[in-house]
Amino acid sequence: MADETIQSRVLKVIANTQRIPLERVQPDSTFEELGIDSMDSINILFDLESEFDIEIDDEDAKKIHTIHEMVEGVTYLVNAKQKASQQG
Amino acid sequence: MHRVVISGLGTLSALGADAESFWQALAEGRSGIGPLPEDIGPSPEAGMALVRFKNGAALHGYDPEIHFPRKNLTFMDRFAQYAVITARQAVEMAGIEWTEELRERAAVVTGSCMGGRTAEEAGYWELFHHGRSRVHPLTIPLGMSNAGASHISIEFGLHGPAFNLSTACSSSSHAIGQAFWMVRSGAAPLAIAGGSEAPLFLGGLKAWEAMRVVSTDTCRPFSANRTGMILGEGAAMLILEPLESALARGARPIAEIAGFGMSADACHMTQPSAEGAARAIRAALRDAQMAPEEVGYINAHGTGTEANDRMEVCAIRTVFEGTADRLLISSTKSMHGHTLGAAGALEAVATALALQRGVLPPTANFTAADPACDLDVIPNLPRAVQVGAALSNSFAFGGLNAVLALRAYS
Repeated sequence: MADETIQSRVLKVIANTQRIPLERVQPDSTFEELGIDSMDSINILFDLESEFDIEIDDEDAKKIHTIHEMVEGVTYLVNAKQKASQQG
Repeated sequence: MHRVVISGLGTLSALGADAESFWQALAEGRSGIGPLPEDIGPSPEAGMALVRFKNGAALHGYDPEIHFPRKNLTFMDRFAQYAVITARQAVEMAGIEWTEELRERAAVVTGSCMGGRTAEEAGYWELFHHGRSRVHPLTIPLGMSNAGASHISIEFGLHGPAFNLSTACSSSSHAIGQAFWMVRSGAAPLAIAGGSEAPLFLGGLKAWEAMRVVSTDTCRPFSANRTGMILGEGAAMLILEPLESALARGARPIAEIAGFGMSADACHMTQPSAEGAARAIRAALRDAQMAPEEVGYINAHGTGTEANDRMEVCAIRTVFEGTADRLLISSTKSMHGHTLGAAGALEAVATALALQRGVLPPTANFTAADPACDLDVIPNLPRAVQVGAALSNSFAFGGLNAVLALRAYS
C-alpha cells in the first residue's frame, strides 16, 4: 500500500508541476505524451524533493526517463530515509 | 571600413593574474579547477557546506587592496574590480597614450551576465536572515551590471560610448562584437571591450546547482564521461583599434578580428539548437568574408554538458560539412571554467594568443571519446600548429548565440 501512495503522490506532483489534469498522468504515460522536456523534468524533481523531503542525486536523475523509474527512485530514497531515521 | 586588430589584452582567472600566466596554463593544458573556498557565502554558517558540488575555478590569492584604495572598494563589487584590473592590463600592453581626442570618442563595451550579485546577496541576507529593515546604501550602484563599464570609463576618463551587454554566457562575445563593429565602421577610434563575472556567491551557486548542470567532479568537454560544467570567475578585456592606428603608434597587433555573427535560436530557454548555433557561425564567416576552409581552429563554447557538446559538434558539422574532420577544436573551459559573462572574452583572448603563438590549447580533463562528438577536440595535449584563422563560439541560455572570427596577424 505504501508504494501505491508514493505512486499517487508522484503522479500528483507531475500533474501540478506540468499544470495538466491529474487523470492525464498515468503510471505508463511517457514524458513525451505529457510534454515533459529536460527543464520540466528538473522542475518535477525539485518538487518531488520538497514533497518527499529527499535529495535526488544529479547523476541518478539523468537515468530517469519514465514515470515508473521516477516512482521506483522516489520509493528507494524514501525507504532509505526511513531506514536511516530508524537507525539514527 | 577599417581592419580591426587586438593590440592589448588583460585577463584575470583561475589560471593566473595576467594574460601571460593565463596563456602559460592553456599552452600546458593545465586546469585551474579545484575546491571552492568555504567562505563564499554571506556568513560562516552559510557557505560551501550548503552546496552539493564542491569544485570551481576561483581566483587564487586575490587581494583587492593591492589594486584599489579601500575607499574605492566601497563602490566596487568583485566583478567591477576584475573589469578595471584587466582593462588596466590591456591598456598597458597596448601602450595607449590617451589624448583628449581619444578620450572624447573611445568606447567601452563590457559583458556581464550577473553583475554585482554578491553585493545584492549581502543585502538580502540582512533583510531575510537578520530581519533588518535596511540594506547598504550602495547596493544599487554595486549591483548594477553596467558598473564594470562605468568604472572603466572613470578609470581612464573616457567620454565616448560606454555600455554593458547581458546575454548570459554570450555577454562578452556580444560586447566584443559590437565594439569590433564600432571600430571597423569608424564610430569609435578605439574600444576597450570584454567581460567580467564574479558568480561564486552562495545564492548563485545554489541556483546553478538547482539546474543540475554543474559537475561534482571537473569539466570534461566532449568526453564520454562528462558530468557537467564548472563555474568560474574572472575577466578579460581587449583593446580594439584600426590596424593603421596601431601600426602608426608602433604597437604590435596580437591578432585581427575579422568578423562577428549572432543569432537567436527562438525555440527554448535552456535547450540549445544546432541550427541557431550554425546560423551564428555562418554569419561570422560571412561578416569576415572568410571561407570555411580558411578556419583551422575553433575555440568551442564546450561547456561540458551533453546538451551543449553534442549540439555544438552537430552545428560545426552542419557548417563545415566535409572539411569538419580536419578542424582542430578545443574547449578551454576545461581549464578556466565557465565564467558566464566573461567566458566569451577569456576565450577570445585564448583564440587570439593561439593565433599569435602558433600553439592550440587542448581540451583538458579528457578521458574517453564520445561517439556523438567525433571531431578532433585536441584531447589533453596542446598542438604546435600555426593556423591562419579561428573562431570563438559562445552559445547562451535563452538561445542567444555570438561567434567571433579572428585571423592571425602577420
